[in-house]
Amino acid sequence: MKVASLNLRAALVSLLLFAVFIGAWQLSTSGPSVGGASAGMTAEEIEYAKMMGKDPGAEKSTGFPPPIEVAKASWSHLSNPFYDKGPNDKGIGIQLAHSLARVGLGFVLAMAVAIPLGFLIGMSPLMRKAFDPFVQVLKPISPLAWMPLALYTLKDSDVSGIFVIFICSVWPMLINTAFGVASVKREWLNVASTLEVNPIRKAFQVILPAAAPTILTGMRISMGIAWLVIVAAEMLVGGTGVGYFVWNEWNNLSLTNVIFAVLLIGVVGMLLDLMFAQLQKAVTYVE
Amino acid sequence: MWSDASLRENPAQPVAPQKAPKMTTGFLQVEHLAKAYQADKPVFADVSFAIDKGEFVCIIGHSGCGKTTILNVLAGLDTASSGHCFMDGREIAGPSLERGVVFQSHALMPWLTVRQNIAFAVKSRWPDWGRAETNAHVEKFVALVGLSPAIDKKPSQLSGGMKQRVGIARAFAIQPKMLLLDEPFGALDALTRGTIQDELMGIVRETQQTVFMITHDVDEAILLADRILLMSNGSEGANGYVPGGMAEVVVNPLPRSRTRAQLHHLDGYYDLRNHIVDFLVTRAKAH
Repeated sequence: MKVASLNLRAALVSLLLFAVFIGAWQLSTSGPSVGGASAGMTAEEIEYAKMMGKDPGAEKSTGFPPPIEVAKASWSHLSNPFYDKGPNDKGIGIQLAHSLARVGLGFVLAMAVAIPLGFLIGMSPLMRKAFDPFVQVLKPISPLAWMPLALYTLKDSDVSGIFVIFICSVWPMLINTAFGVASVKREWLNVASTLEVNPIRKAFQVILPAAAPTILTGMRISMGIAWLVIVAAEMLVGGTGVGYFVWNEWNNLSLTNVIFAVLLIGVVGMLLDLMFAQLQKAVTYVE
Repeated sequence: MWSDASLRENPAQPVAPQKAPKMTTGFLQVEHLAKAYQADKPVFADVSFAIDKGEFVCIIGHSGCGKTTILNVLAGLDTASSGHCFMDGREIAGPSLERGVVFQSHALMPWLTVRQNIAFAVKSRWPDWGRAETNAHVEKFVALVGLSPAIDKKPSQLSGGMKQRVGIARAFAIQPKMLLLDEPFGALDALTRGTIQDELMGIVRETQQTVFMITHDVDEAILLADRILLMSNGSEGANGYVPGGMAEVVVNPLPRSRTRAQLHHLDGYYDLRNHIVDFLVTRAKAH
């Protein structure tokens, strides 16, 4: 018997795992039928229970939603993603766009700071030593710990969210850029020297392409962290974004929507990572 | 016994297309060069020699005798502890496009194709050239080393010999006044090495290039060099430390038209070879 390709077999196992997971979810949520509670009641008793706020028929929907509920909710969200019915009722597309815009802005700002600074630190041993204590102290600070300071000084929740993304993205990019620049092969720099290449051309045509794979790795890590942090930041500052959406739906006690949002966050995070993986592939060279 | 080249000219050999070019003394002048990492124990001291225009000079010595340091000083990539080097009447202070360097590790930039690698050098030499002019020049020198079919490949797709050919083409493409080769064939297998030696010799004869080359291979030196510099390592003698230095300069008495195939049939080849090997085995080493 011909063995199917590894990819195909892996896909089959993935499907199987998915089916097992959905099955287990379905079983555990539909277990003891809560609807049975009203079986022995008369119409008056049910009416009475409803008046007391204990609708025996509706009790099922207050439990953990089964997969089909989530699928239905997902479909309704995805089929109309861009509606806007006031501050607390916006389509998921709009929420996602707000989150992505914050992440994008904070990330670009971080790039603008981290890459030039990383070049400086990577090229100058003096600067590396001088900056090291600051980087070591600032790096382990949880980005959300900056939030009160950001809110106080920037006085704007939206800008504060962007700042938090900036501060969490900056470190991996800075450290990787400095490392990549510092470990550019001596021989390539020697070639540039013997060809009397000017410093600007050397930076852009020798050091940058040589360090690009390492820099991209830093950017990929940064983007991963930024996407983790934005959800938490938006839960804090509120207003818009997927993080706020999750928090808002929690307040609405709509676990269906929360599950949908959680899955969406995962999928978008994966797509962002794939994007950087492609970029990384484009700048990687084989020696 | 080696000082008179004409004595051993073999009249039966076909006459070389060009006789050894007329020597104008001291195109490259090295005066009392020394390098010390520990002040009282210089690696080599008082190294003086001159290379004439159009001359091919090889330097042989054991590892650690300072050959590469001398070459790097000539390239402007390293500085000597004392002494001076002059080329064409001007002191060497830093790297220059007037001296092309072929590195032992070929030092091609792996993210660029063969064409782009050489174009990088050509653009450094003639920044005002247009795209077409640069390209024509690049193609000419790629053809010179027989790599036209591989011109748009990346270095990782080439064999070791092909990479070194690209390194040689890059050095020739900037048409330097002098070529510095740091053991360019060290990492190649014997067959490839022979082919590229022939190619290099052909190009050097054709362009009347002045060459300074490091090698470990006695036959390579005899084939290529007009003169062979023998270097000794520093050693602890009975009267204290004796720094390494230029032990002897051997003039190659074999006709310039020699080829690799008939080299060992030439009169005087074995005498010359034995002389150099004896030096390396008995006199050059630090013990």
